[in-house]
Amino acid sequence: MSSAALKFSAVSKTFTDGRQVSALDDVSFSIQPGRVTGLIGPDGAGKTTLIRLAAGLLLPDAGDIRVLDIDALAEPLRVQSSISYMPQRFGLYEDLSVQENLDLYADLQGLPVLERPARYAELMQMTGLSPFAQRLAGQLSGGMKQKLGLACTLVRSPRLLLLDEPTVGVDPVSRRELWQIVYRQVQEAGMTVLLSTAYLDEAERCDEVILLHQGKLLDQGEPAKFSRSVAGRTFRVSTQTLSHRRLQEALSRAPGVLDALIEGETVRLVMETAQPPTAERLLPGQTDINISAVEPRFEDAFIARLKVRRTDAPQVEFTPPSKIDAAAGDEVIRVDKLQRRFGDFIAVNNVSFSVRRGEIFGLLGANGAGKSTTFRMLCGLLPVSSGELAVAGYDLRRAAATARGRIGYMAQKFSLYSNLSVRQNLQFFSSAYGLRGKQQKARLDWALTTFELAAFQNANAGDLPLGYKQRLSFAAALMHEPDILFLDEPTSGVDPLARREFWARTNALAEAGVTVLVTTHFMEEANYCDRLVIMADGEVLAAGTPLDMKMQARTVDNPDPTMEDAFIQLIEQRQQSSEVEA
Amino acid sequence: MVFRQIFALAIKEFLALLRDKRSRFVIIGPPIIQLLVFGFAASYDLNNVPVAIYNEDLGGASRELVSHIEGSPNFEVIAYIDHDSEVAPLIDNRDVLLVLHLGQYFSSDLLLGNSASLQVILDGRNSNTAMMAMNYLNSIVLDYNLSWLASRGKSGAFATLQTRAWYNDNLQSNWFIVPGIVGLLTLLVTLLVTSLSVAREREAGTFDQLLVTPLRPMEILIGKAIPGIVIGLLEATLIIVVMVVLFEIPLRGSLGALYLGIGLFLLSAVGVGLMISAISVTQQQAVLGAFLFMVPAIVLSGFATPIANMPPFVQWLTYLDPLRYFLVIVRGVTLEGNSYSLLIHQYWPMAIIGFVTLSLAGWLFRHRMY
Repeated sequence: MSSAALKFSAVSKTFTDGRQVSALDDVSFSIQPGRVTGLIGPDGAGKTTLIRLAAGLLLPDAGDIRVLDIDALAEPLRVQSSISYMPQRFGLYEDLSVQENLDLYADLQGLPVLERPARYAELMQMTGLSPFAQRLAGQLSGGMKQKLGLACTLVRSPRLLLLDEPTVGVDPVSRRELWQIVYRQVQEAGMTVLLSTAYLDEAERCDEVILLHQGKLLDQGEPAKFSRSVAGRTFRVSTQTLSHRRLQEALSRAPGVLDALIEGETVRLVMETAQPPTAERLLPGQTDINISAVEPRFEDAFIARLKVRRTDAPQVEFTPPSKIDAAAGDEVIRVDKLQRRFGDFIAVNNVSFSVRRGEIFGLLGANGAGKSTTFRMLCGLLPVSSGELAVAGYDLRRAAATARGRIGYMAQKFSLYSNLSVRQNLQFFSSAYGLRGKQQKARLDWALTTFELAAFQNANAGDLPLGYKQRLSFAAALMHEPDILFLDEPTSGVDPLARREFWARTNALAEAGVTVLVTTHFMEEANYCDRLVIMADGEVLAAGTPLDMKMQARTVDNPDPTMEDAFIQLIEQRQQSSEVEA
Repeated sequence: MVFRQIFALAIKEFLALLRDKRSRFVIIGPPIIQLLVFGFAASYDLNNVPVAIYNEDLGGASRELVSHIEGSPNFEVIAYIDHDSEVAPLIDNRDVLLVLHLGQYFSSDLLLGNSASLQVILDGRNSNTAMMAMNYLNSIVLDYNLSWLASRGKSGAFATLQTRAWYNDNLQSNWFIVPGIVGLLTLLVTLLVTSLSVAREREAGTFDQLLVTPLRPMEILIGKAIPGIVIGLLEATLIIVVMVVLFEIPLRGSLGALYLGIGLFLLSAVGVGLMISAISVTQQQAVLGAFLFMVPAIVLSGFATPIANMPPFVQWLTYLDPLRYFLVIVRGVTLEGNSYSLLIHQYWPMAIIGFVTLSLAGWLFRHRMY
């Protein structure tokens, strides 16, 4: 009789889908009852496989799994009747109301009718869904849907709760509420929770963390233990004499630096050893450099563990775009009172902003905030309902086709031809932009070397690992050396290491004078932007530099707020003001 | 420069189509199977129709008639019965299509110089087959009458028919059906290739990526039409070769006249395919749209049933069907040996249909980009 709520012993699982994919490789761990354990790892690390194994939905190739002391291999049905599992996409019935969805899951899980009113009241109160009990599930926002999904999962209070990426694509406010609900279950009902997440900042909210990478268990322990491993190695560097991008670029090459990350106007460093760096050693010849020690975070430890310092990384070279015509002025993108309606629904309402040359401009917001709609209108893929917009002086929907040759576009999900090879994809897109002959060959070689795709050039684009797909899309968007770049959620689903690489390339482009417009739902990525707007429900909540936004959220209790804090504060202000109006 | 871009797009379309195992199969597999199925199985000729003989007569005349039937390749006598009650079960169970009843006095009536009557009980559930079996039987009886009279030294006092079927001497029905398949399968493959092309890209999200390139909607349209036309041409050629070599159907007219027809036909097929493609959002919708067009197009084309049999209103509709004109061309060239001048009135309507559908597809492309 062991006391563990969940125990994996030497579990392996391989999938054969044309080629062998080792999803889990010799994984052993146990988690204690009454705790929240976070399963952390980049996409493709094996998180979903692990959770599905624990739920008795998959059988391992080797090893043993015990769930609440039940052998999951022998009695998967008994496991399923004593746990609750919420998959990544929870099966809500969009044409049923909130109450009907709850009733349905109560029926499915056999909750006695007499117990229902009390449990419903508790769940409704906890999720804040009581005012919406009669609303159709399909008409809820993303965050509310996720909360309803969680409520349905919790209809019968289980002893073990398995959650697969419950916070993906959910806005920070709903994310915080979801975490509160999870912790209440643990405290009040003594539930054990295992949840997976790709957000590294969520690791710090768990009691314990299991770190997975490429199917292998790297480590298990309290988040603080991870952070402690890089104690004394984290610093913040700022200077007045260099742009923060050049500073970051220089620092990432400096001796002893493991990781350099842009944070607003400053650069965060993770050093290889605990020796405090000196300005002279980091950037010889530079004066006016401030270095201060900062508290280590989980992400620092994650990167320190996974990042192999590369000295052979190809220098990211971008020639400044030649097509810039000085007459167009400094304002490259202008959006004025933009509106887009779909029937009664207003997806984008009264949005105005402008982007200057060589700027990285961010559109931030949760899923469904109207970022992609705005984007598609800017690219000429969607007509506007009212308002005006101009990209390099043109409305791309009406402008001559050649105007489109000045922009590069990278769509939200991988959208190159899956059954064409890497090389054929690049060839096609370069031809479509009118490149040919020697010039085309030169650009092809450039793309294959700069993005390190040469080894894959004959592989089908659809078979590439996610990180490489993203590189390929990026390369395809840059074949014709555009001077304006549209990037729609370029980093979603990409692991933190690949994200850093991506931003290093984007920074180099911006330094070369390319104007970059980027959308993201990772609040922390706002730090890479020069300026940004935060959107919610189709409207602009705030606009300014990342520093401005964080300054607004600064309080006595929280002297160093994150972008996420700023976002939550903005949302709360908005809710209050709408309540006052009401 | 624009031509190069369109060319690059067409190359990409071919690669996308041919590098995918499933779409490669769709282009090659089903047409071959359908060609063989239609060529060998679809026939209006009746052979070995099962019949039963109910002969109550003992005379030589009746035996001679029965042996005429036994000797015919069209009929196969599977039962000889000698009681009324056996007729119904044989017909009801579809064991036989008809029962021929020779009465007790058949031979004696004939020998007395009177006319003798025969009774045929037919399974009328499939009226078409019953009629044809009836016709075969009639001609056997007619033959029998003539030889009976001849053997008696008398000649028939009635007119006899000497049949010469032009263009298809033996009236083989697959000479009618197989050339039709050239049109049918070419239309099917072209329609599928083109109607799926945009929908596939919409589903994969690559269409947006294509629209932000400097390619104009019209150029994308042309780039997408080229693979449809090329694949349609190859498909038609393949079927024509199989038709001539395997089914031994004559190709009497000029190949040029046939290929001019194929070219115009493909233009209109590609136009319809791209229209469907521009409207549909998913591949499922595109396939459904293609079949929504295919089925009426086949029925209205005169592929199986004569247009002249349709009510006037429906006959008017057939003028909108490009397959209608193409079938006239392909049958004209193969069986009749027609040349350009005789087919001119089939060419121009297809050219108009092609022009209109392609323009409509272009319009839909520009106005339904999201």
